[in-house]
Amino acid sequence: MKMGMVIIGAGECGVRAAFALRESGYEGPVTLIGAERHLPYERPPLSKDTMVSQDHPARRTIAAEALFNERNIAFIGSSTASSIDRGNKLVKLEDDRQVPYERLLLATGAIPRALPPATNSRHCFTLRSFEDALAIRARLRPGARIVIVGGGFIGLELAASARQRGASVTVIEPQGRIMMRGVPEEIAKVIDTRHRDAGVEILCDTGAVSFTDTVNNVAVSLSNGNVILADLAIIGIGATPVTALAESAGLETGNGIIVNDRLQTSDAEIYAAGDCCIFPLALYGGRRVRLEAWRNAQEQGSLAARNMLGAKEQYQSVPWFWSDQYELGLQVAGLPDEGKQTIRRDVGEAAFILFHLAGDGRLVAASGIGPGNSVGKDIRLAEMLIARGARPDPGQLAASNVKLKSLLAA
Amino acid sequence: MSNWIEACAPDDIDEEDVMRFDHAGKTFAIYRSPDDEFFATDGLCTHEHIHLADGLVMDEIIECPKHNGRFNYKTGEAKGAPVCVNLRTYPVKVESGKVLIELG
Repeated sequence: MKMGMVIIGAGECGVRAAFALRESGYEGPVTLIGAERHLPYERPPLSKDTMVSQDHPARRTIAAEALFNERNIAFIGSSTASSIDRGNKLVKLEDDRQVPYERLLLATGAIPRALPPATNSRHCFTLRSFEDALAIRARLRPGARIVIVGGGFIGLELAASARQRGASVTVIEPQGRIMMRGVPEEIAKVIDTRHRDAGVEILCDTGAVSFTDTVNNVAVSLSNGNVILADLAIIGIGATPVTALAESAGLETGNGIIVNDRLQTSDAEIYAAGDCCIFPLALYGGRRVRLEAWRNAQEQGSLAARNMLGAKEQYQSVPWFWSDQYELGLQVAGLPDEGKQTIRRDVGEAAFILFHLAGDGRLVAASGIGPGNSVGKDIRLAEMLIARGARPDPGQLAASNVKLKSLLAA
Repeated sequence: MSNWIEACAPDDIDEEDVMRFDHAGKTFAIYRSPDDEFFATDGLCTHEHIHLADGLVMDEIIECPKHNGRFNYKTGEAKGAPVCVNLRTYPVKVESGKVLIELG
């Protein structure tokens, strides 16, 4: 078998990488290995549209089969790599097939973090795959009682979807407020209020201690001594990077597969990108982060592909993510926890943006919330300001009548 | 037969910006370029049907506010992932202080 570019992991990141290899003019073999049987599909809708659509939901493929064929990308589904033979540059699959590589990309992603007391319950679910989504959807009937453990994005998006389907929802959050990680309190407050208005019960500073199944229900015992009887429980307490393959191959790992700013692992011929890797962000003094975000997965996949072909590009993107709950759209660009000062700018009557400035006045993040995509344009402009290390005037940031685009020209 | 519809006044849109225009159950996006020309496309992104008028115009590019899908609004050309389907464009003219769009 001819050596070529091999990508392990067929999510957003791996697929982007495969196509980027072709877009960069690479003509050798490109092999994309995925654990799931189906053509790669988009995961963001799983907690939202897939849950609430009227029609029976369908996977939204990232690229049609014809496009894989046209670009001559070999997709091997239902396959898990069992080991990497770095000496002979071979990926070994569980069915004993061997795939030789010239360069290898690990885009193995992250899987839902397990909550040990819940792992043996038949009524507890996590969400990662389309099948997971269908299993949860089938149980989101009007009147069903749902306990969601974890007030992060997945949990809250599912809470909103469950309410839209008429289920009653209790969210259990061990920390003092929802969305502790990455979302400023002022914005979390808006979302918290919206959920409570929709009838969601949110219990903060509360843990889920044990899960006891009956035939049709699960009794969730809380750290405050209360017990909630539910039809199902969904565990959304974060994700764990998939690093076992990298570890067994002797690559450096920590909270993720460790890569440099070109997304190279400790083996220069093996790259890692997307949710599975921990990488330095030049924009924040080389701070090492691991992101679980759609756009990061895409951009790192593309960049890793170009670097596999010798481009030597440094990853410099500004972190960005969004969440949709009910009619509200949340977007965050940059790392808000790098900020020392917060400036608020109102966008129309129902939306606002928070600009997060470092001690030296540099814009390090912007977070916004409002109906639909009302904050999208301004967050994008903020992202450009962040990327160029701008120190915008706080008064102008706060003034709704000053166009952000004019600050970009400054 | 041509079917020119009045959409707005020129000054309703800033230079290098975009405005939503709904007509007969359809939604469109009308653009004013940095060099003060007007253009029109379908109003929804071909990826997830998001209103492009909430997006950012930079030179001749409109960027979807949701997933940053980019199109050339003058030609409708999709500029790469996540968008792969071009936007339909419509002829636009300015006459007697009105921006008109031809909906064919």
